[in-house]
Amino acid sequence: MIVTLEVNGERRTAEVAGWESLLWVLRERLGLTGAKDACQQGECGSCSVIFDGQLVCACLVMAADAEGAQVTTVEGLADATDLHPVQRAYVDEGAVQCGYCTPGLVVATAHLLTEHPDATPDEVREALAGNLCRCTGYGSVLRAVAAAQGASDPAGADREA
Amino acid sequence: MSEVTVSRPPVRGGVGESVQRPDGIPKVTGRFEFLGDMHAEGMLWGATRRAWVPHARIERIDTTPALALPGVHAVLTQDDVPGHRYQGQALTDQPVLAEERVRYWGEAVAVVAADDPETARRAAEAVVVELEELEPLTDLELARDRGEVFRHIPVRRGDPDAHGEVVVEGTYVTATQDPAALGTEAGLAIPDGQGGVDLWGPTQWTHVDLTQLAACLALDPGQVRVQPCRIGGAFGSREDLSLQTHIAMLALRLDRPVKMVYDRTESFVGHVKRHAGLMHYRHEADRDGHLVRVDAQILLDGGPYQLTSQAVIANSTFFAVGPYRCDNVFVDGYALRTNNPPSGAMRGFGANQPCFAAEAQMDRLADELGLDPIELRLRNAITQGDRLATTGQLIEHPLPTDEVIRSVTAIPLPEPEDDDEPLHLPGGTGLTTPRDRVVRGIGYAVGLKNLEFSEGFDDFAEARVELTADGAVVHTAAIEVGQGMVTVIAQVVRSVLGMSRVEVAFDHTGQIGSAGSTSASRQTQMAGNAALEAATVVRDKALEAGGGDHLDDAGVWRGDTLVTSLAALTADGPIDHHVRYRHRPTDEPDADGQGELHVDFCVAAHRAVVDVDPDLGLVRVVEIAIGQDVGRAINPQQVHGQIEGGIAQGMGHAVMEEVVLDHGVIRNASFTDYLLPTTLDAPTVEAALVEQPSPWGPFGAKGMAELPTMSATPAVVAAIRAATSLPLTRAPVHPEDIVTGPHDAPE
Ligand code: FES
Ligand code: FES
Repeated sequence: MIVTLEVNGERRTAEVAGWESLLWVLRERLGLTGAKDACQQGECGSCSVIFDGQLVCACLVMAADAEGAQVTTVEGLADATDLHPVQRAYVDEGAVQCGYCTPGLVVATAHLLTEHPDATPDEVREALAGNLCRCTGYGSVLRAVAAAQGASDPAGADREA
Repeated sequence: MSEVTVSRPPVRGGVGESVQRPDGIPKVTGRFEFLGDMHAEGMLWGATRRAWVPHARIERIDTTPALALPGVHAVLTQDDVPGHRYQGQALTDQPVLAEERVRYWGEAVAVVAADDPETARRAAEAVVVELEELEPLTDLELARDRGEVFRHIPVRRGDPDAHGEVVVEGTYVTATQDPAALGTEAGLAIPDGQGGVDLWGPTQWTHVDLTQLAACLALDPGQVRVQPCRIGGAFGSREDLSLQTHIAMLALRLDRPVKMVYDRTESFVGHVKRHAGLMHYRHEADRDGHLVRVDAQILLDGGPYQLTSQAVIANSTFFAVGPYRCDNVFVDGYALRTNNPPSGAMRGFGANQPCFAAEAQMDRLADELGLDPIELRLRNAITQGDRLATTGQLIEHPLPTDEVIRSVTAIPLPEPEDDDEPLHLPGGTGLTTPRDRVVRGIGYAVGLKNLEFSEGFDDFAEARVELTADGAVVHTAAIEVGQGMVTVIAQVVRSVLGMSRVEVAFDHTGQIGSAGSTSASRQTQMAGNAALEAATVVRDKALEAGGGDHLDDAGVWRGDTLVTSLAALTADGPIDHHVRYRHRPTDEPDADGQGELHVDFCVAAHRAVVDVDPDLGLVRVVEIAIGQDVGRAINPQQVHGQIEGGIAQGMGHAVMEEVVLDHGVIRNASFTDYLLPTTLDAPTVEAALVEQPSPWGPFGAKGMAELPTMSATPAVVAAIRAATSLPLTRAPVHPEDIVTGPHDAPE
């Protein structure tokens, strides 16, 4: 079956088998390996992409259902010269260790801040609860989100011992 | 390293700065190529046929139905292993593929290579494996009684007749924990066309992989190049081989590149876990709370193959008492062979299990004595000049046990909460818990661990520093798994050279000698010192050749005058120096477990604050504070990152993380069922760094990344005990343990 979709503003076409997920199509058919495949079950968020304006786990979307969809992946966030502010904040706050969760978290954060730029710290925690990170313990992730919001960071201010 | 001084003026990106990782931008943009993202022209996909029984005799394997499928290129079994048929870091007792028997649930029996992953998966399923199931051995005491022992370590120190007036006893259990690195195992093997192979696979020590791979593949070590890899986390789980030998065999057989990627369920059976522990303890003290005697028996579940269990049990045994003085200590540590999943390294490496038990014992003792638990710990705190309670080793270097305890207690407690926001209540958005039912508890624990390899191991790290007109490059085979060693090495070298233009090059096994393992909290000191020594020689050579007194990115200066540019200095070729750095030698233990077994030690203290819903047994970990010995923080932001991440893993093991085993079968081998802390579970972390410089670490630094995990688990469980008045002798604590009351004995 042939699937045509728009990925990061470009029209893309792929020949896919019936079992393939959107994640598989992105990674293996279109060569966009930014989204990761850590659980295959919608539990970890490492495959997060924006799909027709919604944040989804690409591992749970069947390729056939992506026909005609508009998809933004982590590769589509930065423009040619500048990082997206969320990406910049993740780097600055040390929210990247192994980095395997990072593409999913960056996409989820960018989506959150588009929808709810003034999300409270509790709302941020709730919104990112679908993105597992095994390395950071999330402290630096939450500081990065706050930094990207342009807010002062009460948790970070008294962190230095 | 006292002769090294930081060059003036302070260099950009040197020691003490929160330097950003060079791989940060590729990681946030999705361009960083992890193992599973790799691709080679003409590559095939591998898949693994596993046996989903914990113990069986293999009656028959028939590969013909798999080979008959279109698109399948090879199906290999243990009979196809070209060389030595067993692997393992110390004892090579693990068959490359199951041989005659299946010894754990999910053991690999055959591997296939096919045109695409779906065909490979179907082919793996098509391999006929006929089994006669056998009774699995999964009980630790039974394994000990049957002599299924990888290693027994006795410690006999002091007077067997010594006794204290106050006695507390307990039995403690810690469940199996999965490292659950987010990247699953993946790898790529590319044959070189001359009988050799280039291999990218999940690793923490390429040279130890090389030894095993060359033997199994019947190749000269020079024919196998184990490449530095880009993996999504490790935490110990990459110390032992997973799919490397399999893909290398397939690639060499077919003379084509072969890639393999485990799914999450395979990953659960494809990497080692933290050993489950069963521990009996008896502490005796005098009326003032000074420890007089500790007896302990520690049983660790190694699974069917030894892997690193012989070293893990050494940590359990030698850190059985924790960071306390005691002159009469009698411990028996056993690493046992069972049909549970293979255990190995995980953050803390065997020191965590006894820390859970011994810290619970300290709280019981404090209770028995009517003493504050902090006061009891301070009265016994070990420091420089004392002897390690188990081995009798003199503590020669700074060990700020007292200071980490005092610094954690000095951190203000979080404010009591009275709001009804569900996220601030146990049970969260489940809306299960009214505020007036919530009970707060506070608990403490202190952890002690060794740094680097112990027990006489020849532990070294190589590094080569090369100075060219473009700056300096540090070559190393040390593995960066996300922990940030890449910046630490560069920072050390910048501070030595006085240059900002320093990069780290990760070499394969054919380009440089071993850096040793990225484990045992060792690379900051080991790879760091190797780089420091190499850089010091390069600097001295450059100053001599250039005729000046200091170096920077421009070249060699004498006073305020640039006397030789970098380009002129290196016109005849780079200035370089190669170092093999060794830490001071250690002893093997004598028959009583005595000796100078360890190079150095580190210590941390945790305080956990929890809110408990006693009706439903739900726990919210509100905050964890830590006082941590770091020697000197080379990169403070990264030190905090290791602390926060390590604490999340330790608290996960206290309240949710358990590999649920049912007669050897894993009942929760997925992220739906194996729960990891999320943003809603992870506590706020407050950290106080205690900086007493190490006399031998680079710029005073110590390894530090294991302790945040170690004593977090007992601190959280202590806090739940404080809230519930229950004994809670098992980690993790389940809701039913709280609701249904005392569970003092293991089933
Ligand atoms: S891979 Fe899609 S949520 Fe984990
Ligand atoms: S940085 Fe490793 S999983 Fe998040």
